Amino acid sequence: MMQSILMALAGGALIGVAASLMLLFNGRVTGISGITNGLLSYVKGDYLWRFAFVLGLILGGVVLGATHPEMFVNTTNRTSVMVAIAGVIVGFGTVLGSGCTSGHGVCGISRLSPRSLIATGVFMVVGMLAATVLKFVIGA
Amino acid sequence: MFQHKHFQVIAAFSVGLIFSLGLGISGMTQPQKVIGFLQLGEGWDPSLMFVMMGAIPVHALVYYFVRGKKTPLFDSKWHVPTSREITKPLVIGSALFGFGWALGGFCPGPALTSAGAGAPSAVIFVIFMFVGMILRRVYQRFSKS
Repeated sequence: MMQSILMALAGGALIGVAASLMLLFNGRVTGISGITNGLLSYVKGDYLWRFAFVLGLILGGVVLGATHPEMFVNTTNRTSVMVAIAGVIVGFGTVLGSGCTSGHGVCGISRLSPRSLIATGVFMVVGMLAATVLKFVIGA
Repeated sequence: MFQHKHFQVIAAFSVGLIFSLGLGISGMTQPQKVIGFLQLGEGWDPSLMFVMMGAIPVHALVYYFVRGKKTPLFDSKWHVPTSREITKPLVIGSALFGFGWALGGFCPGPALTSAGAGAPSAVIFVIFMFVGMILRRVYQRFSKS
């Protein structure tokens, strides 16, 4: 448990560094759902950086997957159908709500944005309620 | 000649790489950890709470240092959201996200990185996340007309 906590802290600090570089260099919030959603429509001058960011996020996964496969093991009981439904709901919800864990949870809270404080409170509470109820419905 | 926009692309790519490393190290790419954190009760795994506790102080410090500057390094203006209005879409969208997060065990960033690592469930999640984003556009078009 202690090692999990230290890894979470270290990884979190690295996420904070990444978001800070985005702010310092490009003057932008590192909101992953928003950046990804922007890939669905081409706006001149506002596209290539989004593509590059998402490419970096995915290529990082390619490298980590090759060197540390244990980081990507999924031992949950979620079926492919459940994951697909979750994907649709997350895609729809994060764009409707203007952000996810990165844009609201990290960047927004860091600057005490009232919208992000509310959004993070809502997705944490609903996520906890849903996961806790699902434990009884589908067993884990 | 190199222009701001070229540096923006290089910066964004580097940020993506560093971000993915942070996600992998932190445990966010392991859906069982996400669900273990969201699932309250016996066996609760609080470790992912510390991801935010690691990220927020670092970013908050930099934000308060940087916000007084006239411009970012590679752009002529800031793009940080300034809206403070609590709207219905904000709350409903966030609630939907919370539910989907608990159902699949993925949020967008870790899903993209895990898809890169070849995790089958993450690949499925990312494909259907794009479907959800497209549905949002369709819904928006219908609700306007």
